[in-house]
Amino acid sequence: MQQLENIRQEFPALGERVYGKPLVYLDNAATSQRPRSVIGLWEELTVKRNANLHRAVHRLADLATQEYEATRDAVRAYLNAESREEIVFTSGATAAINLVAFSFGEAFVREGDEIVVGEAEHHSDIVPWQMLCGRKGAVLKVLPVDDGGHYRLDALPALLTPRTKLVCIAHISNVLGLVNPVKDIVKICHSAGCYVLVDGAQGIVHGPVDVREMDCDFYVFSGHKVYAAPGTGVLYGRRALLEQMPPYMGGGEMIDTVRWSGTSYAPLPQKFEAGTQNMAGTPTLRPALEMAQALRDPAFEAGQKAIKEFMLNKLHGIPGLRLYGEPASPEEKIPLFSFSVEHAHHEDLALILDKMGIAVRSGQMCAEPLMDRFGVTGMLRVSFAPYNTLQEAEYFIQSLERAIKMLRG
Amino acid sequence: MKTLQEVQAEVVDDFSMYDEWLDKYEYLIDLGRRLEPFPEELKTDDRLIRGCQSRVWLDAREEDGRLYFRADSDAIITKGIISLLIGVYSGRTAAEIAEDDFAFVDRLGLRENLSPTRANGLASMIETLRQTAKKCC
Repeated sequence: MQQLENIRQEFPALGERVYGKPLVYLDNAATSQRPRSVIGLWEELTVKRNANLHRAVHRLADLATQEYEATRDAVRAYLNAESREEIVFTSGATAAINLVAFSFGEAFVREGDEIVVGEAEHHSDIVPWQMLCGRKGAVLKVLPVDDGGHYRLDALPALLTPRTKLVCIAHISNVLGLVNPVKDIVKICHSAGCYVLVDGAQGIVHGPVDVREMDCDFYVFSGHKVYAAPGTGVLYGRRALLEQMPPYMGGGEMIDTVRWSGTSYAPLPQKFEAGTQNMAGTPTLRPALEMAQALRDPAFEAGQKAIKEFMLNKLHGIPGLRLYGEPASPEEKIPLFSFSVEHAHHEDLALILDKMGIAVRSGQMCAEPLMDRFGVTGMLRVSFAPYNTLQEAEYFIQSLERAIKMLRG
Repeated sequence: MKTLQEVQAEVVDDFSMYDEWLDKYEYLIDLGRRLEPFPEELKTDDRLIRGCQSRVWLDAREEDGRLYFRADSDAIITKGIISLLIGVYSGRTAAEIAEDDFAFVDRLGLRENLSPTRANGLASMIETLRQTAKKCC
């Protein structure tokens, strides 16, 4: 317990009070709080080592560039990617997916080709593919989930045809909290001759990620959900594919030579990093991923497991509560719970909980098609991070029961 | 008949009796419950107020130069808020509503306590009332 208290001290925002009550922050799937190691580096790079990257020969530029490129090495190691050229920095998972949708689309997608996306995906993993299909005259197909929220792997082979170019799936659903069987999905897709993009926005937070073991072709994530500065993100792409893809944006530092007669591009990864990069933010990925690693300590994992068991047990006991994303086994779910309650609107619950000091999310969670699938206009979502305590879970349940009582009268 | 300003002052007084926000919510929930039933057939897209997380329907009709409102929402606190608003503005002339600055909403503390969340679309509700009145002027 002392260990948990110590780590909480590293996250200054966790000590905040709202409406005179201690903040209980349970909206971690939207964005995590940041540790002092991240805030400190962010500040230091802004205050003391601010210079543009890769361009100049002066000392400050050299220090800033070293920091930035060392981050690339750290991310490569964290993901167990084969080479640093496969790590492209972006402004977030959304930017990374849009990059792939454009550049992969230009290189590989023709009229009549097919892209498959999962029914439970975040809008960021749906809309860019709709836009790509619109541009190219390609067809978007949907891999459905069953009533429990699990992807119907049995339906996948039939969806894949020789014209299927890419399958896009989340590592972990931001609504259901279920860990998807991405390794199996990749196997099925590769044997059918199509590539796989994994949206790791939630996945990067809740377990080790090994892109070579997963064997995916693209893996994307945002920094801000995994303790790093906002406006940071990563695209991992298989080198052979990135090599064949044209740049997404043109600009400074992504070029080799620029002539009026034509321009040649820089090698990977600079080809995809046009313009001035987030030189203060991106390096915070390094201490952030170190924190993610530290939070994977067995002591914290045991705490997460206890919270998960407590929450599932209590939520199942509340009359009229419907949980979305029922795990077949505890390992299959992260401590993220989306649900609806009969005669208690998700917005009302969120407003009341807010005044009790609890931050949760209500609404569609950027997954409108999934809301339609379950026939609801929205849900309430509580998402825990390893720095949350069992006491906070207990306080949440008490508060939820009180809010429901208020609303049902 | 009381003036619009007098009615607004009364509502602000009632609301400020509660120190705690949870008590204010209880009050709004109660207002929402007591709102007269809204006919299902009036729940059409053109009566739906955009920009709310919950669904809010507003129906307006003009009679003898005055506007009368009916409303509903699938969320009870939002229903309480719209009930409070139409309680103030129902039966007023279009000109009175269109010229009002809606500043009493600030005095209720609703805007800073609810509006930043975008949740209940308070601004959208006010804008819809204002636009409806303008159209009738």
